[in-house]
Amino acid sequence: MLLCFAAMVSESENLIEITDLCFSRGARQVFNGLNINIKRGLITAIMGPSGTGKTTLLRLITRQLIPDSGTIIVDGVDISTLNRADLYKLRRRFGMLFQNGALLTDISVFENVAFPLREHTNLSNRLIRHVVLTKLHAVGLRGAADMMPSQLSGGMARRVALARAIVMDPEFLIYDEPFVGLDPISMGVIVRLVRKMNDALDISSILVSHDVDEIATVADCSYLISDGKVAASGSPEELQKASSALVQQFMHGMADGPVAFHFEAPDYTEQLLGMDAD
Amino acid sequence: MLRDIYNSLMEFVRAFGAFQLFFLRLLVNSPSIFFKRFSLVVKQVYNTGTLSLVIIMVCGFFVGAVLGLQGYANLARFNAEDSVGTFAAFALVKELGPVITALLFAGRAGTALASEIGLMKATNQLSAMEMMGVDPLRRILVPRFLGGIIAMPFLAAIFSAIGLFGAHLVGVGLLGIDVGAFWQLMQQSLEIGDIQEGIVKSFVFGVIASSLAVWEGYSAIPTAEGVGRATTRSVVITAIVVLIFDFMITAVAL
Repeated sequence: MLLCFAAMVSESENLIEITDLCFSRGARQVFNGLNINIKRGLITAIMGPSGTGKTTLLRLITRQLIPDSGTIIVDGVDISTLNRADLYKLRRRFGMLFQNGALLTDISVFENVAFPLREHTNLSNRLIRHVVLTKLHAVGLRGAADMMPSQLSGGMARRVALARAIVMDPEFLIYDEPFVGLDPISMGVIVRLVRKMNDALDISSILVSHDVDEIATVADCSYLISDGKVAASGSPEELQKASSALVQQFMHGMADGPVAFHFEAPDYTEQLLGMDAD
Repeated sequence: MLRDIYNSLMEFVRAFGAFQLFFLRLLVNSPSIFFKRFSLVVKQVYNTGTLSLVIIMVCGFFVGAVLGLQGYANLARFNAEDSVGTFAAFALVKELGPVITALLFAGRAGTALASEIGLMKATNQLSAMEMMGVDPLRRILVPRFLGGIIAMPFLAAIFSAIGLFGAHLVGVGLLGIDVGAFWQLMQQSLEIGDIQEGIVKSFVFGVIASSLAVWEGYSAIPTAEGVGRATTRSVVITAIVVLIFDFMITAVAL
């Protein structure tokens, strides 16, 4: 909480500033005036029920999608003003961990991690080997260097993807649902790695997830998104204590509440007994 | 109903415009990839060309053999059975070689390209590349596009050569046409312009088949159904466009 508060004092501490963001997919309004500030050096969690647009927000931040209105400023630069070359330059400062790892399936683990180095640098093979093995060692998978992505478990694939995400020494790491579908051991490993990477590399991290317990152990600051806006923000402890019915429902995993259990539907009796039954 | 037709028309125009922009980007990025990342192109020539050799050679042989049979049966009516070689050569070099190779290419290599790229999209591999500051168009699509363009003329030439061998085997070996007449009449009739027409067609068909395959994969809806539909569409559209262009090139060449 203190970290969160201290970071809020100075505006220049913001790594990413999202102001009045609106975005819609077809007729559905995903964001409607979203305001979020991501602070430097912290792990910021973006939480929210499924379908609230958490991954969409990451795609907007990295300009894989373009907002209808509003601004996204990354490290002082409005990303909507960047041309393709400058955008790709900016993205080299990002490291992103996708939900399924998104490893390239036709090359080995080693080559996956070496991929950004081969594309962006003229390093010798010897140096690339050194860097790649160092990064794989950091995630505990130096021994899997020669394996193919299809031979890896879900947790291992995510750790390789993390090694690939940090191989260019990024300034900020973005994690999209890093805990989904993992066994408790793999989840514990990923949680520790998220913290370790952020502190050891002195970078900033954005973490999109709906795993409340894991967020509570690793995040410094959290935003809860609902109905296209920020419903609550603060440290995970603050969110746990918040009085809002929506926050309580989300943090304590209650089936019914402001987010209804039943999807919008016509009257139950009418539908069962009505004419459309024919 | 009118609204449906209007919407379909607008959707077609939109997709056609998007494809044109995409094709321009492929062309603009092709020279630098060809000269600076040639190893990527070579790998795709292997994937789209070398791996298509078996189907091209088998089909080429039997198409040639059928031409030998049909040619003999029909030309014999005019006592011109010695011209079977000429007939097969004209048919293969100018028409069947490029066209059937393009259709087989669309079925073997085009579907592989469309589904591979579509699946890469569905599993976020293309997004991951973008996030690493690597343009998937340059790293994935352009090498596949160029690989297909390079492979197609060679495949068409091999198809025609094997087809002539098939026609020779049937005409000379099975039906007893004089071997000298078979080859000499062919050499006398077939001109360099005919071969050029075949090469131009196979090159154009290579551009069509490769660009449509990578486009369909790249623009696929990133789901199992979407990738499946894109793969099917790449074959269907390629077949139609190839046959339209075949008519146009033939009309210009005559």
